[in-house]
Amino acid sequence: MDLENQKRVKDFADQYGPENVVVLVGAAEGEAAGLAAETVTAGDPTFAGPLTGVQLGLTVYHICEPEIKEVVDPAVYDEQISMMEMVLDVDDIIEEMSSIRDQYCKYL
Amino acid sequence: MNSVIKGTGYVLVHVPDMIIQNGTTQTAERAAHPDSAYLKSLPEHLRTYEDALSYWPNQIYIGNAHPEELRQVPFPYFREKKEGAGRYGTFGEIMPENEFLLLAQASDVFDVVKLEKEFVAATRDAFAADPVISAEIAGRVAAGTDITDIDAYVRAGQAEPLFVDGKLVGCVKSAHDTDINLSAHVMHENIMSKASSVLALLHAVKQSGVDAGDIEYVIDCAEEACGDMNQRGGGNFAKAAAEIAGFSHASGADVRAFCAAPVHAMIMAASLVKAGTYKTVAVTAGGCTAKLGMNSKDHVKKECPVLEDCLGGFAVIIAANDGVHPEINLDLVGRHTVGTGSSPQAVITSLVAEPLERNGLKIPDIDIYSPEMQNPDITKPAGAGDVPMSNYKMIAALAVKRGDIERKDLADFVEKHGLIGWAPTQGHIPSGVPAVGFACEDIMAGLIRRVMLIGKGSLFLGRMTDLFDGVSLVIQPNSGGQEETGVSEEQVRSLIARALKEFAQSLTGETRG
Repeated sequence: MDLENQKRVKDFADQYGPENVVVLVGAAEGEAAGLAAETVTAGDPTFAGPLTGVQLGLTVYHICEPEIKEVVDPAVYDEQISMMEMVLDVDDIIEEMSSIRDQYCKYL
Repeated sequence: MNSVIKGTGYVLVHVPDMIIQNGTTQTAERAAHPDSAYLKSLPEHLRTYEDALSYWPNQIYIGNAHPEELRQVPFPYFREKKEGAGRYGTFGEIMPENEFLLLAQASDVFDVVKLEKEFVAATRDAFAADPVISAEIAGRVAAGTDITDIDAYVRAGQAEPLFVDGKLVGCVKSAHDTDINLSAHVMHENIMSKASSVLALLHAVKQSGVDAGDIEYVIDCAEEACGDMNQRGGGNFAKAAAEIAGFSHASGADVRAFCAAPVHAMIMAASLVKAGTYKTVAVTAGGCTAKLGMNSKDHVKKECPVLEDCLGGFAVIIAANDGVHPEINLDLVGRHTVGTGSSPQAVITSLVAEPLERNGLKIPDIDIYSPEMQNPDITKPAGAGDVPMSNYKMIAALAVKRGDIERKDLADFVEKHGLIGWAPTQGHIPSGVPAVGFACEDIMAGLIRRVMLIGKGSLFLGRMTDLFDGVSLVIQPNSGGQEETGVSEEQVRSLIARALKEFAQSLTGETRG
């Protein structure tokens, strides 16, 4: 995850409390989505950014996961996301994200 | 009437020594971890000129093979060699580093490029033998400097060293004692961009057959900025390159829009010509030294050669309608606006679907789409996936959503309307424009009817806005019109010959039937 984004996520967690923050990921591949999720839960796996060694355990989802899709206005989802949903390997993304959540999320 | 594309120039410059010296991935690593294992093993992963020459994507870039041929080449492409590979292609060439340093000096008018005497003597003939290098350009290369002077400039921190095969052969000096915008680093970056732009312009002129003196305006759309401390991006690369290329009747200006700039520049050039402001405009861009070896950490880690070892350049000559060459249809221009939004769906809708719909067309009515044409051989090992393929899937998915194609035909659409990427990851170079040469040839051969170029730019990198950007245009067959009202030299000769013949016949009393 981009170092600047790591810093912003960390600041939000400090400001609002980690239990009140949900991170939404929009990565195009399962692996990339999983890496982002790992960063905001278990810490930066590349040991490069502000979240290195910081286990925030935030709640994290990909925009194409059913838990998120069902809370978004269907018209907005259709206009903004449905095209990418057709292109992405959603099953792979769900598998990666679920695995990270099961291991590291503290607030589910 | 629509303007036409008269010709294109596509050039690569193989610069392995500049990867080590000037690529930002390498310079940042050297500053932070000078003894890193990556830096130590980097030289072992550099390709020779011959390897870069026989690399399929490079041969396609200069026009020695058609992009469709890449489908038959096993992946990864760096393991394969193209038979019959050559330095020169239909659209340009792959220049070696030693000759390019002479072109860099020929492109320098402030005496900041210093080359060593023996190196110049050993390289001059090969440089002058390049068919696009005129005697005038070759004559701009100085006899050379003593290596001790060059070494002294570099040691004093006043110059960026120039190496060939690891040996110091010259330097680029700073152009001011204190101004960081004229430092040796900036001067090096800018002169290499300018020189590769000059090379692209020379090839575009040759390929198009237009006279260099007929070019009235040049637009540079690279990603560098030249200026001093009071105007950091003052410009003007376009006019600077036009001078060296011998376009004595041209003015010009720079257009900057990150990777979207080439398509922005082509739309501007086509508009200037269509409006009648200028009859012939060249769009050009040189290469970017900072991006050399950008993904080389991943390439080294995965035991791939460092594939980002070439500067890229391109130029397109856009002129008044001649009734022959493919046209740029300005009714079919797409643009990402401030209000468009940044979701991929919004972006593709604005660039692809909106202009087509406005003109009563559907997504499959475009035969070939040319979005970001990055070579997947470079991006896949770096974890960035296959960029053109991602774009084609998005366009196909949008076509499904709009009911233009069936969902089951999504994969077929990608294959039929897409190409495999072959362009070097030089930022603006892969963005839409690499296909212009082939598009024009295939349109003129009647093989395809419409090609859409899509340029996209990451404006947020400049931290002035977090907006995305993009523009698109469509190239189509000539509609048969002609705007050139003048009479050509050949026509004049023919008219005089006919008049003389008639005069002679009248003298001998012959009559015409």
